[in-house]
Amino acid sequence: MKNILVAIESFNGEFKKSGLQAVSYGKEVALSTGASCIVIVNGETSKAGSLGIYGADRVLQFNKPISPADTQALTNQLAELASINSVGMIVMPYNSTARGITGRLSIKMKSGCVTGVQKLPTNIESESVVVSRSVFAGKATAAIKVSGPCIVLSLSPNASQLKTSGNEVAVETIEVKGGETVKVVESKIVTGRTPLPEAELVVSGGRGMKDPSNWGIIEDLAEALGATTACSRPVADSHWRPHYEHVGQTGIAIKPNLYIAIGISGAIQHLAGVNNSKVIVVINKDPEAPFFKAADYGVCGDLFEIVPRLTEAVKKFKHSNT
Amino acid sequence: MKILVCISATPDTTSKISFKNNDSEFNTDGIQFILNPYDEWYALVKALELKEKLGGTVTVIHVGPVQNEPMIRKALAIGADDAVRVNSTPSSSYETAHQIAHYAGSQNYELILSGKETIDYQSGEVGSMISELLTLPYVAFASQLDIQNGLAICNRDIEGGVEVLEIKLPVVISASKGMAEQRIANMKGIMMAKSKPLVIVEPLPMASNTSILSYSLPPAKKGVKMIDADHMDELVRMLHEHDKVI
Repeated sequence: MKNILVAIESFNGEFKKSGLQAVSYGKEVALSTGASCIVIVNGETSKAGSLGIYGADRVLQFNKPISPADTQALTNQLAELASINSVGMIVMPYNSTARGITGRLSIKMKSGCVTGVQKLPTNIESESVVVSRSVFAGKATAAIKVSGPCIVLSLSPNASQLKTSGNEVAVETIEVKGGETVKVVESKIVTGRTPLPEAELVVSGGRGMKDPSNWGIIEDLAEALGATTACSRPVADSHWRPHYEHVGQTGIAIKPNLYIAIGISGAIQHLAGVNNSKVIVVINKDPEAPFFKAADYGVCGDLFEIVPRLTEAVKKFKHSNT
Repeated sequence: MKILVCISATPDTTSKISFKNNDSEFNTDGIQFILNPYDEWYALVKALELKEKLGGTVTVIHVGPVQNEPMIRKALAIGADDAVRVNSTPSSSYETAHQIAHYAGSQNYELILSGKETIDYQSGEVGSMISELLTLPYVAFASQLDIQNGLAICNRDIEGGVEVLEIKLPVVISASKGMAEQRIANMKGIMMAKSKPLVIVEPLPMASNTSILSYSLPPAKKGVKMIDADHMDELVRMLHEHDKVI
């Protein structure tokens, strides 16, 4: 295998965990093949050199950020870097940027691509590897052989663990060429809590909440845990909660460490978006709710009593642990 | 306005998933295939809305075997003007994208739409690949779209929000929830669909650069542990000590 190129972004000058994990992933593959892990940073940050700590052998940074919305410009720049640096695999975290460019980059590199890779590759050959990813809404995992002179992978969260054994490295600046074809008119970001796709703890409410005015107890629990709030489809469709909170098959698919489902019966379409969560807690008054079958922990009873009680228990725990 | 909508067939969400031939192949016995919801509800309906506003045509294209024609007729019944079926059973996004790009390349579409992903393999790669094969801009996961004066104005879903973009046509866009509201075919639509043109195109010979070697089912859940509603401190303790998630 030739060199590994890891493409990550900075946000407000910082790197997200998913980006750092991609660097460690790249390093692991590079180590097993004796190649170099080269990281390219897109974004304004003074911390690019610190990526050496996570495994970057070399760090490159674009001299000005390329909008990920301009998928052509970003693809062309990455493809050029890959060719110059004898790269056999391009790795990036699965996020909104990856959605736009992995397919087109793989066509450009005349190689295969796989979205949402879950683990380190196996069977590493000079022009092919085997990776695994979740398919059929988490109902199965597929082992996929992907081939070509420069394979493109996007990574699910926790596809590799963070390794911090390296040292800071010098940052090489890469001149961005060409004009933009896409104009970004406006960026509307909901500030505050961690966005759902990245949240490790999620508290979610369904129709069992009865009325949007009851959402205070969900907010309180989320606040106590440091979790992000979510909701089921009927809740979003009734405009009780904003659409960006909708998790499930047609909303956002998430895989947090902890998913607490409150007053959600667990329709298969909802499960499809959340069943990759590490631990699922279901709170429902109906003992026959199908969600209990997919849960790790179940609490059966009146959520209006249970949720505040859980919030208090979490606060007590946090208090005694600090 | 000349619009192409890529439509795919996927197993119904409620399907029980199983495999055959040593877990190397998806077992389609007894599986009900449906039009991929993102293609049908969002991409196709948005195309019809744009046609109603600006005039033009909406063509649907599907890469798949003859058994999938009822799904193509459904898209015609909802309102597409004509359809193309590339007569091949693709084994990867790469093959699907090549077949569609090969057909679309000579047709001068101003807008190529697809759903954000299929609900079975969920790769979301086809639109991105088509855009590169045709050297067009691409927007993934757009939740709103309008066309004004030759510009596509769309919202792109990003982490924690949206970006509003302006792009000169032609462009390839994948649709996420919010782009349009589902439409149901009416009786007139169903009758008319029977006589709308459906062109069969023979595929390009293709070798794919990804192949699925095997499938595995996730380990069975150990079963739910019920916690007494009065003992939420016990739940918190388990989440901390046993699962280490808080």
